[in-house]
Amino acid sequence: MASRRDFLKRALAGSATVATATVCPQASARGNAEISPDAVGLLFDSTLCIGCKACVAACKEANGLPLDYATPIEAAWDVPVDTTARTFNVIKAYVDGSGMNKDQVKDGYAFMKSSCLHCVDPSCVSACPVSAMTKDPVTGIVEYDADACIGCRYCVAACPFGIPKYDYDSPTGKIGKCELCRHRMPEGKYAACAEVCPTGATLYGKVSELKAEAKRRLTLTPGTETTWPRGNLSTGDQPSWNGPAPAYVPHIYGEKEVGGTQMLKLAAVPFEKLGHKPLPERSFSSQSETLQHTLYGGLVLPLAVLGAMTWVAKRNVKHDDEGADHD
Amino acid sequence: MTNHAHAAPAPVGGRLLSPVTFVLGVLILAALAILAVRFIYGLGAVTNLNDGYPWGIWVVADVVIGSAFACGGFSVAMLVYIFNKGEYHPLVRPALLASLFGYTLAGVGVLFDLGRWWNFWHILAPGYASPNSVMFEVAACISLYIVVMWIEFSPTFFEKWGMKNAKRKVNKAMFFFIALGTVLPMMHQSSLGSLLVVFGTQIHPLWQTIVLPLIFLISAITIGYAVVLFESCLAAAGYRRSIEMHLLTPLSKIMLGMLGVFMVLRFGDLVVRGALGYAFEGSLQAVMFWLETVCFVAPFVLLRSEAARRNPARLFVAGGLLMLGGVLLRINAFLVGYDTGEGWSYFPSVPEMLVTFGMFAIEILAYIVITRRFPVLPREDAAHGAAH
Repeated sequence: MASRRDFLKRALAGSATVATATVCPQASARGNAEISPDAVGLLFDSTLCIGCKACVAACKEANGLPLDYATPIEAAWDVPVDTTARTFNVIKAYVDGSGMNKDQVKDGYAFMKSSCLHCVDPSCVSACPVSAMTKDPVTGIVEYDADACIGCRYCVAACPFGIPKYDYDSPTGKIGKCELCRHRMPEGKYAACAEVCPTGATLYGKVSELKAEAKRRLTLTPGTETTWPRGNLSTGDQPSWNGPAPAYVPHIYGEKEVGGTQMLKLAAVPFEKLGHKPLPERSFSSQSETLQHTLYGGLVLPLAVLGAMTWVAKRNVKHDDEGADHD
Repeated sequence: MTNHAHAAPAPVGGRLLSPVTFVLGVLILAALAILAVRFIYGLGAVTNLNDGYPWGIWVVADVVIGSAFACGGFSVAMLVYIFNKGEYHPLVRPALLASLFGYTLAGVGVLFDLGRWWNFWHILAPGYASPNSVMFEVAACISLYIVVMWIEFSPTFFEKWGMKNAKRKVNKAMFFFIALGTVLPMMHQSSLGSLLVVFGTQIHPLWQTIVLPLIFLISAITIGYAVVLFESCLAAAGYRRSIEMHLLTPLSKIMLGMLGVFMVLRFGDLVVRGALGYAFEGSLQAVMFWLETVCFVAPFVLLRSEAARRNPARLFVAGGLLMLGGVLLRINAFLVGYDTGEGWSYFPSVPEMLVTFGMFAIEILAYIVITRRFPVLPREDAAHGAAH
């Protein structure tokens, strides 16, 4: 009986250690990551988008991406329907009923841009085991390095927006996703999608300035004349235009979702209808890393358990050897 | 500790070529052919993987489930060496052997699934490795554990090849490798659950919880005992040996104890999080949840009395059902309960399944070859003095 009680005691003690460590993560808890003051991003205003897809074509060209053959090969042009490893940016359409009225839920239509949101606390970066997905400490751009990548696709699975995509048709497939045209930045250029956008629906700039602009728009009374900047908000490289303000949904998507994103979105149709599910404010990566750091921080817990196990095993294995020596 | 007189392990002997090993060989060849296509034309040529379901059965079955099935060695070693239950010693070697191949193949299986496999070493290379990633933890621990298990098992080879000196040396340090061999699986079996935490709301509330590491760990230990029951019955039937009922009956009781801990944890967590309501929705996830739960509850019914636990058929079925419960828990958490949005679906392709079957075939074939040629299973004539 003594040995059974012993067994139970040890089993309980072991489980309790692991349980405490799992359930009480306060010791090394980390909150959402903070945004860099120089972070850059995009502001997409669905009400300004006319669905011309100039941004889709410009993205393909700027990134040297091949056709996706989403449409039959005889067609005059290729129209990708979703982002893939070879298409980093698409414009999707919401259509209801007759689809006659822009930015209306009933019998209306609306456009939405789908591309990397450049999360402040990205799940893909937290998931990546080989630092192939990284976040630039200054610009905050979520960058991909194919030379480091092992192709495990943990980033593809983890992203709550379904953005990193893998090329399954190639024996050396890479991950593909928007990197905010960081390769054009040394030439003084910025994101091609914002550069070509004729209405300013996609606007490039510092996130702090984009956020202020988004907040300004939400205060506008529908119908009042206002100024719409285009291109790069921070440098004002392109002329703006004047037009009436729409009736926005009072929500800046990306301001708080999963700890905030560097791409902000405005719309006049509820975001859920535009394929944007509501998401919690706490980032998933902070939850995952808090758990990992609690269990493995400084390797304290594993080493303590190893020490205990070694001590017990040494006692018990000796006996075993003596028994074995008899034969 | 009482000094248990164990039957020393001995090779089973017999012919290696049989209808069973022939079928296993064919399955292995088929898998190799499919893998050749995969490496020449890419993952899309043979799998149904897509960007909505970037992980399929090569990850979930070959690695996550395969390694859980390979927990027999860990579970039994812990019982014998940590909880000092020396009477179970004869079960250690066969269990360890199955674990060795389960894990080694899980490690190899990862390579098939890696889209950029030639970079695989990055995961443990300073400068690339990212300790924030749960997958880094899994990879580091599994790699190390595979090495530790080969060391734990090495006395078997030394015995066979008469390398007494080497055997003595390894045995001197064995206590440390045994300790490592219990800590490392605790780490990565729990992390296999933690992998899903970063998926956030993409995982159904019936499976997404911060206690996933504990749920996966306890279930893996329980599965370890179930695998030993299942395997012992199968090995006894296959080799026409007597079943070690004097060990399996009490072992099944320990298994039920662990299973009880698991059930309290699993349902306690669902109740505390207020997620149990999802189990009563008319969804595929709810149905799969109950299937999973039935498999975990069934062993309690099947093995409810001491008499029932002395029935080898019941042990076999209960062990098998518990393993199935573990399979469902993992498939549900990683695939059925995983939702990246509308328009995505996944069911493994036939070639994909054939590769998985091939992987399990390698394990079984290796088990047969090694137990027939190397001293792994207890010597039959000495076991009970039973005449055959």
